[in-house]
Amino acid sequence: MPPDPWAPLRATTTARIGLNRTGDAPGLDAVLSFQLAHARARDAVHTSLDSAALAEAIAPAPVVHVCSQAPDRATYLRRPDLGRRLDPACRDRLTGPCEVAFVLADGLSAIAVQRHAPPFLRACLDRLTGWEIGPVVIATQARVALGDEIGAALHARLCAVLIGERPGLSVADSLGVYLTWQPQPGRRDSERNCISNIHAAGLSYDAAADMLVWLITEAARRKLTGVGLKPQTGADLIAAMQSSPHKEIDLEPERFPMPVRDPPVFERDASAEK
Amino acid sequence: MPTYTSNFQGERHRFTGLTDLLAKASPRRSGDELAGLAAATDAQRVAARSVLADLPLTVFLNEALVPYETDEVTRLILDSHDTAAFAPVAHLTVGGLRDWLLSYDATPERLSVLAPGLTPEMVAAVSKLMRNQDLISVASRCRVVTAFRNTQGLPGRLGSRLQPNHPTDDPRGIGAAIIDGLLLGCGDAVIGINPAADSVAGGIALLEMLETLRLRHDIPAQSCVLAHVTNTLEMIRRGAPVDLVFQSIAGTEAANNGFGVNLSILREARDAALSLKRGTVGTNVMYFETGQGAALSADAHHGIDQQTVEARAYAVARAFSPLLVNTVVGFIGPEYLYDGKQIIRAGLEDHFCGKLLGVPMGVDVCYTNHAEADQDDMDSLMTLLTVAGVNFLIAVPGADDVMLNYQSASFHDMLYLRTQFGLQAAPEFESWLERMDLKDRAGRIGAQPPALLSLPGWEAPDAA
Repeated sequence: MPPDPWAPLRATTTARIGLNRTGDAPGLDAVLSFQLAHARARDAVHTSLDSAALAEAIAPAPVVHVCSQAPDRATYLRRPDLGRRLDPACRDRLTGPCEVAFVLADGLSAIAVQRHAPPFLRACLDRLTGWEIGPVVIATQARVALGDEIGAALHARLCAVLIGERPGLSVADSLGVYLTWQPQPGRRDSERNCISNIHAAGLSYDAAADMLVWLITEAARRKLTGVGLKPQTGADLIAAMQSSPHKEIDLEPERFPMPVRDPPVFERDASAEK
Repeated sequence: MPTYTSNFQGERHRFTGLTDLLAKASPRRSGDELAGLAAATDAQRVAARSVLADLPLTVFLNEALVPYETDEVTRLILDSHDTAAFAPVAHLTVGGLRDWLLSYDATPERLSVLAPGLTPEMVAAVSKLMRNQDLISVASRCRVVTAFRNTQGLPGRLGSRLQPNHPTDDPRGIGAAIIDGLLLGCGDAVIGINPAADSVAGGIALLEMLETLRLRHDIPAQSCVLAHVTNTLEMIRRGAPVDLVFQSIAGTEAANNGFGVNLSILREARDAALSLKRGTVGTNVMYFETGQGAALSADAHHGIDQQTVEARAYAVARAFSPLLVNTVVGFIGPEYLYDGKQIIRAGLEDHFCGKLLGVPMGVDVCYTNHAEADQDDMDSLMTLLTVAGVNFLIAVPGADDVMLNYQSASFHDMLYLRTQFGLQAAPEFESWLERMDLKDRAGRIGAQPPALLSLPGWEAPDAA
């Protein structure tokens, strides 16, 4: 069998290049492989978060369960505004104050949260000894900005929302983190910092936890998050991470689908999770 | 603000102003529902259309949807309106324009002459009175021909943008995707990279790679790194080989501000690109992308429905004589276009509105994983658009953009469309495919490419 001339090119990209052909169409193997990837992504969007199992996975951390005003997935997908508002019935469950609140939100991939939030949260809590951490809030049908109302109810100085990112064909279980100083309804996306691409083939739990703890520490010191905290070049973050014991950090450029397709470095708001 | 009332076959409805009437007349879509602008019932929607049909076209010249004083897009639309071109239809209502467009009198020549006399609001309004087949029928008679290093938009041609994106902008990975696309006969409209990182130096490196590849193989195509216009200006200042200037644009001044642009910076960028004199068969140097929902997502829609405000973006585009314009129709997500049906309708509307306004319209036939759509819907839309005479489509390897994480059309899809409708790429590019021995005796892209093209600094292993 002759060597595949595409092999060295395939090593350089995950793009679907060099597909075999019959007539104008790609081969059936390529078609089915694409369909499986799309099916997995759609399953990730439509799978419900198993909140009880998630609470068990992060035990013994105290947990509060809340939901947004989007009653189901179909509404959630059409009405991002409802996913940003807390169901009033849940408000009384949230009491404070605390320094840092963690919200585990299903977002567009419940499996990302189910899979990666427990070990990532553990890595963060291990690094945040001495900080006053609020009860861990598990939120369903939730968008990033739901953390503003939750954080305000908890009287939190900082709110970290761990949320399932919009699934792609290559990764359906990517976790993102959004950090907001003095969370309250009306905060703009430019007032948050984001860490993205936490999954098996992306940013490791330890690397992401180092970045988040650096952001938390700096946010508390400078009393802000967002563009003002964002290093234009990422140099501060690189310096912070190079001093980290976890050196296998891969500083991959951000890759978020934006309505505008000019994705800036270390700045985003629109992966799907507005 | 005028109030419009309908009494169409017993349907009594009241509409508050032109903006409300246009929104209520729009086919149902999630973005207008999200914005609280959509018709409350299907019957109200049809009633709005009946009122809209009776409005004179001149109403759109007398009542601005966004105030003239505070919006430079409105000023552009009204100040550049060509009354002489408008004259033949000046007496018509919106419904009358619909009838005329569908008549045998609406020939390609007449439509071309009419284009500068139409405003985006007129075009959006008439589209709301048209079924999908009407949008296809009229658009297929609109010809918008542009040129840079080859000629786009000619009859019998279907262009393609080769989109070779890579998650980390690895030039070798991008190069591999370019080879794949060229061997499948794609890329005549543009070889256009969306960079993952927002860096001038990185953009220049990619442009130089594209330039080396183009010169080595004498490819009659243009290249583009789809950076922000200010970055592209800086690349030009630093002497980079910039063919086309790219920018995302929208239909209001505020939405364009959200993209960090205005008409003045676009003018400056166009002048800079023209000064390089790199086009060989034409001087269209701009490339724009748009998409329904962009203005609403920037909270800059002024209460206008997303299809009408999208059409206003084409008025921005046409002021800069672009080589290429495409709507990225399903990219923005289900809160704007929920499913395959809404994406297909929007794609046909955008193409129709752009073409009728004289814009060289292409489409990124695409969707995201949280939309109720799949590749079957894309097959339908790309086929319909080809019947409608779309100038070009976006094509990515295997329909999977591994950087932007969404699905578009594939290189193979371009082969299917060309075979199905007997179309070819731009003539200059088609000759190149022949010179490179990429076509078989039947004139199709050969199943077995003769050899892999070599990339700068990276010779293909079996090139010998």
